[in-house]
Amino acid sequence: MITKRIIPCLDVKNGRVVKGVNFQGLADVSSPVELGKYYSDHGADELVFYDITASGEGRALFTDILREVAANVFIPLTVGGGINTLDDFDRVLKCGADKVSVNSGAIRNPELIYQAAKRYGNQCVVLSADVKRVDGRFTVFAKGGRENTGLDALEWIKRGVENGAGEIVLNSIDTDGVKGGFDLEMLAAVSELVDVPVIASGGAGKVQDFVELFKRLPKVDAGLAASIFHFGEVKIADLKRALAKENIPVRL
Amino acid sequence: MIAIVDYGVGNLFSLQSSFRAIGVEAKLTSDRSEIERADKILLPGVGAFGEAAEKLFSSGLAEVVIEQARLGKPILGICLGMQLLFEKSYEYGEHKGLGLIQGEIRPIADVIPVGYKIPHIGWNALSFPKKNELFKYLVGGNHVYFVHSYYGANCEESVIATTEYGATLTAAVANKNVYGCQFHPEKSGEVGLKILKAFSELGGENV
Repeated sequence: MITKRIIPCLDVKNGRVVKGVNFQGLADVSSPVELGKYYSDHGADELVFYDITASGEGRALFTDILREVAANVFIPLTVGGGINTLDDFDRVLKCGADKVSVNSGAIRNPELIYQAAKRYGNQCVVLSADVKRVDGRFTVFAKGGRENTGLDALEWIKRGVENGAGEIVLNSIDTDGVKGGFDLEMLAAVSELVDVPVIASGGAGKVQDFVELFKRLPKVDAGLAASIFHFGEVKIADLKRALAKENIPVRL
Repeated sequence: MIAIVDYGVGNLFSLQSSFRAIGVEAKLTSDRSEIERADKILLPGVGAFGEAAEKLFSSGLAEVVIEQARLGKPILGICLGMQLLFEKSYEYGEHKGLGLIQGEIRPIADVIPVGYKIPHIGWNALSFPKKNELFKYLVGGNHVYFVHSYYGANCEESVIATTEYGATLTAAVANKNVYGCQFHPEKSGEVGLKILKAFSELGGENV
């Protein structure tokens, strides 16, 4: 049986991991390479790297860093941030990424998903959606959650899968940063809608939130989080043991 | 030295890095004499069977791999590389493979129950129906990373590892010195590196 995946997410700016990292025992806590290795050695099932730099220099630096991460980490790597064209896919795949996550780039150019899936296969294309309730309706936001696109999230995600997205990262803006648990209502709606893996993002604050997620929504495949892992509030090994105890399949 | 056969498909970055991590010399090559000189051959591959097989045959590399297999050199096919070792595949039509492993490649949709997602992507556990040198450092239940929509069928003789995904699927095969893994050792963490290490330590035996 396929195991549920636990995925730390690393935001990288100018070659450094940002969003607060607080680890004991790492020589350089902001090094994507060291942190990637740390997670890989401590039970992460996959790593997501988001490039949050805007400049060309930052982008080139990110690509170099990615190559170094990929040379040292032997679990699947997903890369996102600034993916607007097939050339962007090519650039990160050549550096060792296994999957590429698109967000605003797909909103600007909805053809991107189809073209990328055709060239690299569906398994390579991840649609990441930042979603927030607006007047009771799940709505897609762009530009890191700053811009309301007016798009209906369920329609957008369904269309993305039809165009070839092989996986969905659903980030709930409503629960993000609150640490009160994942957005089960939103995740239920999406995981019932599509038949590709759905990765839950936004809201995890403690081990029990992941237990709740996988018990209540067996169709959700993975849980993604950033700062609770970076700050050591949730240790992946502890989390996985807790899930195993609840008979949720995990890789120990 | 391990020759990683470069026939223009797939991303070989992680494979090269994996061998580097375990201190084994591996070289990307499409040069016949270099492949002939290598101690072992690794056949990678992602993408569609038909296109990959076409590239392998038209470049003459298929012939080299078959010849070297017959001479007893250890060969490991990974993912689509494993599938290419089979006699044929039914992925979008019917295509001829290298014929080093008896059996054929069929869609997993034929055997898994409705409701299981395709492709089969993620970490899944291995079972070992028989002992094989390739897995000498592993124990049953070890997890490895899969990404595939097709599987090795009618190859019972050669199956050395299986995984459960609504049905029992072929995870790895061996016919003497010819080995294949459906999953990606280079993406399977410590467990995967142990498989590549075991491969690098193999001797040979004629097919």
